[in-house]
Amino acid sequence: MSADVELNNVSVTFGSFYAAKSVNVKINGGEFFSFLGPSGCGKTTLLRAISGFQDPSEGSVLIDNKDMSGIGPNKRPTSLIFQNLALFPLMSVSENIAFSLEVRGVSKGDRQKRADELLELIALEGQGEKKVHQLSGGQKQRVAIARALAVEPKVLLLDEPLSALDLKLRQRMRTELREIQKRVNITFIYITHDQGEALTMSDRIAVMNEGEIEQIGPCDEVYNNPLTPFVATFVGENNPLFGKVKEINQNKIKIETPDGDFVSTMNENNKLNIGDDAIAFVRPESLFMPRDGDSFDNLIDVNIESFEFEGNIKNFYATLKSGTKIKFSIPNAIDTSSISSGTKLQLGFESTKSSILPKAQLAID
Amino acid sequence: MGNYLFTQPFFKKNGKAVAIYFLVAIVFWFVFLVIIPQLYMLDLSFRSNVPPLARGGPQDYYTLEHYQHFVFGSKTSLDAFNFVDLGVFGRTILVSIMVTIANLLFCYPIAFYIAKIANPSTARLLIVSLIIPFWINELLRSFALRILFANEGVINNFLTGIGVIDQSILFITYDIGLYTGLVYAYILLMMFPLYNAIESLDVNQIEAAKDLGSSSLRTHWRIVIPHAKPGIVSGCTMVFMLTVGALATPVVLSSPNTLWFPQLIYQWFNMNDNWSRGSAYSIILLIISVIFVLAMMRIFKVKIGEIIK
Repeated sequence: MSADVELNNVSVTFGSFYAAKSVNVKINGGEFFSFLGPSGCGKTTLLRAISGFQDPSEGSVLIDNKDMSGIGPNKRPTSLIFQNLALFPLMSVSENIAFSLEVRGVSKGDRQKRADELLELIALEGQGEKKVHQLSGGQKQRVAIARALAVEPKVLLLDEPLSALDLKLRQRMRTELREIQKRVNITFIYITHDQGEALTMSDRIAVMNEGEIEQIGPCDEVYNNPLTPFVATFVGENNPLFGKVKEINQNKIKIETPDGDFVSTMNENNKLNIGDDAIAFVRPESLFMPRDGDSFDNLIDVNIESFEFEGNIKNFYATLKSGTKIKFSIPNAIDTSSISSGTKLQLGFESTKSSILPKAQLAID
Repeated sequence: MGNYLFTQPFFKKNGKAVAIYFLVAIVFWFVFLVIIPQLYMLDLSFRSNVPPLARGGPQDYYTLEHYQHFVFGSKTSLDAFNFVDLGVFGRTILVSIMVTIANLLFCYPIAFYIAKIANPSTARLLIVSLIIPFWINELLRSFALRILFANEGVINNFLTGIGVIDQSILFITYDIGLYTGLVYAYILLMMFPLYNAIESLDVNQIEAAKDLGSSSLRTHWRIVIPHAKPGIVSGCTMVFMLTVGALATPVVLSSPNTLWFPQLIYQWFNMNDNWSRGSAYSIILLIISVIFVLAMMRIFKVKIGEIIK
């Protein structure tokens, strides 16, 4: 059983500070939805508003089309997984998992049965008698999930639960979380500042900045067609090329920069006019070294400064004519032995792989 | 020998002067303030009561008479048991247990409020308000309560003044003043261990319980109290020991008809000049305190190390 979650014009203020500002979002039942943003962007505040720990100053939270105002966290069909997990250290693993049933007066036998079922779900059969401190980081993680699922919530809220784990474990837990979500088929709302986590697990993401949602959409759409410079630079990496709009025709837009003119396809809610300050964005992996017969919409001259080896790719750092620095990546499988620092190159990129957006705040520096 | 001693890690680590200072302080405290007085009292409690000059003489012998007196009374008494002393003893223990429980019930919500609900400035104000009254001597605090609770005292005058009652309530006669005074006397010793224990609880634990559907009451029962258990045991043992051994508060606040066990001890030492019997009664009080601590550890399943923390 899953439920829709709807935030209607939700604002949360602390004094004169807006932790969340007029947030509107409808999360569908059974969806894996992530709020992605830097720390302090208000994503945790939203999660607390959904779980009932924080009353919105304005607007309303609807779960299953029911207004949640005045309903406490213990009465909502949501379960929250805390950043530090907040497992109960004085209880056994089973007691932890069955706590929500205990408080609802479920008999001891039934509680044990349900705990055993959930232990099986999280692949910890027979470990119910252990104390929490006897478990490894990943096991604690899974117990926290089981505890939150025991009461069969319609919505599971996760507050950066993977942030304390090491890289390998974090990657494995991403897959596991996604699998668990498919199996229990309830709405997952996930909070993270890690775009990798958000992109790999989510059906849709909402990118947040300073209390406001900048963009909502499926992961690939947000990545490929960012609507604001903040989203363009916060989700994945992007090279900004600053300039002014030179031409707009049909679905193409052209920007004039000190390093040449660049063309990009226009997104549907473009508000740019000729002469406006704008930024063209191109991702490191969308810049190519043209080979014979290749033709690109845009060409750019670069002077290689340095490079680094990352394993699957090599990253090159280069300067443009104007002194602007850009980064581009080349798969390790391609031979780049002819490139070293000081090499002059011409790179190309497609207009469909670039975005031109009105000048605004970036997520970097 | 000196050289050997000074090459020990303890001396190397702390330096010679500091190490000697530490050592002297610890040895003095342990030997002169802990071991010798207790052993002396224990020894004295098994000796016949003789004037100091007769010590070591033929009249000075080991005997159980003081303990026998506590249980069976004087040899000339007609009663089978020393009902008076046993009664005082039993009542003192019972009331002390009640006072300890009342103290815990009174302090828990305040400690929780200060530790988890109040904002930092309110919390500081409340802690200061708790401490300031204790800058005044216990005896004076008891007198202040006596003024409040007396038959013609502040409370009675106020209540008769506004017409709620037409006859004074006998707070002192019914020992209400005494119980209040005893609860208040050692409140800090309950408050601070409790506060420390609750303060160290991660607030996410409380929220997690709530999120999982737990009512406020159950969250306290299942999460907060188990976490605060060492603090509860620590506070309870200290309050019990000090209450059962209180002298100033009962002297000032108890009704003329009732005696507190330490008052009995005081009488043997100071009014009847029977130090041996006083010592025996003191030893009995000490044993009761030890039993209480052990019982608390047993009931709450905590180790002595956790209590002292």
